[in-house]
Amino acid sequence: MPTTTDSETAPESGAPATAPAIRFQDVEKRFGDNVVLKDLNFEVSKGDRVTLIGPSGSGKTTILRLVMTLEKATGGYIHINGEPLTHELRGGKRVERSEKAQKQIRKRIGMVFQQFNLFPNMTVLENIIEAPVHVLGQSKEQATRRAMELLESVGLPNKAKAHPLQLSGGQQQRVAIARALAMDPEILLLDEVTSALDPEIVGEVLAILRRIADTTDITMLIVTHEMQFARDVSNRVLMFDGGRIVEEATPDVMFTEPKHERTQAFLHAVLGGQEGQIGTH
Amino acid sequence: MWITLQLTLGGALLAIVIAVVLGLGARVHNIVVRGLCRTVIEFFRGTSLVVQLFFLFFVLPQFGLELPAMVCGILGLGLNYGAYAAEVVRGSINAVPAGQWEATTALSLSKTQTMRRIIFPQAWALMIPSLTNYLIHMLKGTAIVSFITLSDLTFHTEQLRVQTDTFFAYGVSLVIYFVVAYILTLLMNGLEVRAKHRLGRGEPLREALSVKAPNTTVAAEGGRSA
Amino acid sequence: MNQVWDWDAAWAVLPELLMAFVHVTLIVTVASTAIAAVLGLLIAILRMSVPKPVAVVINFIGDFIRMTPIVVQLLFAYWTFLNVEPLTIGIAVFGIHYSTYMAEVYRAGIESVPKGQWEATTALSMSKTRTWTAVIVPQAVRATVPALGNYAISMFKDTPFLLSIGVVEMVRAGLTFGGNNFRYMEAITLAGVIFLLASYPTSLLISRLEKRLAYNY
Repeated sequence: MPTTTDSETAPESGAPATAPAIRFQDVEKRFGDNVVLKDLNFEVSKGDRVTLIGPSGSGKTTILRLVMTLEKATGGYIHINGEPLTHELRGGKRVERSEKAQKQIRKRIGMVFQQFNLFPNMTVLENIIEAPVHVLGQSKEQATRRAMELLESVGLPNKAKAHPLQLSGGQQQRVAIARALAMDPEILLLDEVTSALDPEIVGEVLAILRRIADTTDITMLIVTHEMQFARDVSNRVLMFDGGRIVEEATPDVMFTEPKHERTQAFLHAVLGGQEGQIGTH
Repeated sequence: MWITLQLTLGGALLAIVIAVVLGLGARVHNIVVRGLCRTVIEFFRGTSLVVQLFFLFFVLPQFGLELPAMVCGILGLGLNYGAYAAEVVRGSINAVPAGQWEATTALSLSKTQTMRRIIFPQAWALMIPSLTNYLIHMLKGTAIVSFITLSDLTFHTEQLRVQTDTFFAYGVSLVIYFVVAYILTLLMNGLEVRAKHRLGRGEPLREALSVKAPNTTVAAEGGRSA
Repeated sequence: MNQVWDWDAAWAVLPELLMAFVHVTLIVTVASTAIAAVLGLLIAILRMSVPKPVAVVINFIGDFIRMTPIVVQLLFAYWTFLNVEPLTIGIAVFGIHYSTYMAEVYRAGIESVPKGQWEATTALSMSKTRTWTAVIVPQAVRATVPALGNYAISMFKDTPFLLSIGVVEMVRAGLTFGGNNFRYMEAITLAGVIFLLASYPTSLLISRLEKRLAYNY
């Protein structure tokens, strides 16, 4: 499927100072015959908070997984701060970058999962300091100090010695957020972080994420079904359907006057016909 | 008695080393390494323990490699049960949820760190019940080393039978095997409780004091050999 | 004499091994598997139908048999029942030993039958016998077939234990040949090859069956 969009504006070298935090260029992802993403192009500027919405199966989560290198794109290029992530154009050919090069970039990206994925064989504190100590090479004291600050900020200062499975889902997810932040990521990926939580817990987790959005300049790429949260936190919303972006707008526009009929139908379905419910706080 | 214990423990140590090496080797990407590990596993699982033991004891001397009977015993038991346990190791590692692997990628942990610090400790808790079964099989398996001239518990039982009577001699012998097996099971259950506790899954200690029925998943892993 | 592999010796020993394979190894494996399958089910049902103290005793006996070596059990039975054929003793001991394993497999199978099935038989006033034979056992046994197959393979590989009570099974036949000709290499290697050739395809078949059963649930 040859495309002649802007794929020839070669990604060989970027200018890191002005380059976008994330850039998708003609990205394609297929699993066997199943094409999940097709000719995908978009950019996320540094400090942006971009929410991806759309029906399930529209490829939103796949985008986060591509950025985290949990999956590799089958076509096109992804750039992080102007640097190719998994594949690059070298000598006119699309080649995979070395694991070492990928790892260098990966360190700057953090991810919070739907299912938390805390390590059950470690305490909460050990979960948080594991990567700072063993990947970034921080001293244990330094990492612990920072971990305690983070635990404080997610409201769990006295759970440092607890085991993950002894915590509630909401508490586990707060630890997972602290664990991701402990790596000081430039980009934070949030993959349906409240979907596995009981409804009454969702609020406490979202409140923490709102505060992180307010107090840091971390670039965020968010997949969520919480439209109110999307509206509060993000400055851009991308509507996906069938592996393509069907509409792109600021949250205000997207949630009040969506243009594309797919967006209208989707929002109508998730908001139960009460679009007016989403307000600005 | 002492010989039986030596064989069991020696065989178990060798088996666990072999199991980890083969179990990890059977899931690497490199097809040569993986194929080799799989072949070794299937070979030792597929040819009877007795055959392996006799090979070490009767055939190797033909080539001038005369190993002491004790070494033959430990080698035979360790290789045979190591191959079985390798399947347990491999299966348990595969049973660790995919989300754990993904989290290690998100935190940029290296492959070695991931295996050593995250995956293996979790897989370990999963493998203990099956390993316990194989440890008991190994203890029972030591009974055949009298075939290769070692004076183990079974050998002495036969001597005792000549001096006293069948019922007494074999009754005592069976009870000793049972008690040793029971103690080993308790120890392994203790290990399991500890491993699970580390995962934050507390289990009442009371449960540790009951002999667990053999795990039926062992059968699923491709059978056992006593 | 000193060459590594002597084809003449291999051809000479092969018929003897195959004879022993057919006349002892196969017969013991099949007969003992049948005993283990039936006896194991009876034990499992019995244990669930008797008062608790009796069940505890049955459990203990089962643990005792399972956790002690077959070889010792074989010798014990051999010296106790001197007028019984060693081959018969072998079949009985293997059958009983493995029935204690099968009983555990059946127990898990029975416990996996949903509680609603029991409640339905009560609601229909079905007799205990009917409940077991028409409802519970058919559902419980299906999933246990692969386990039975795997135990049959283990039993197969355990048959050389029979040499301890003088039964001429494959390995014994090989050793005798080896002793007479001062060459163990061919006899023992061939015995191993026969074990591998018989057990590996069977175990592949079983794991295939296992996957099919798992999907059909």
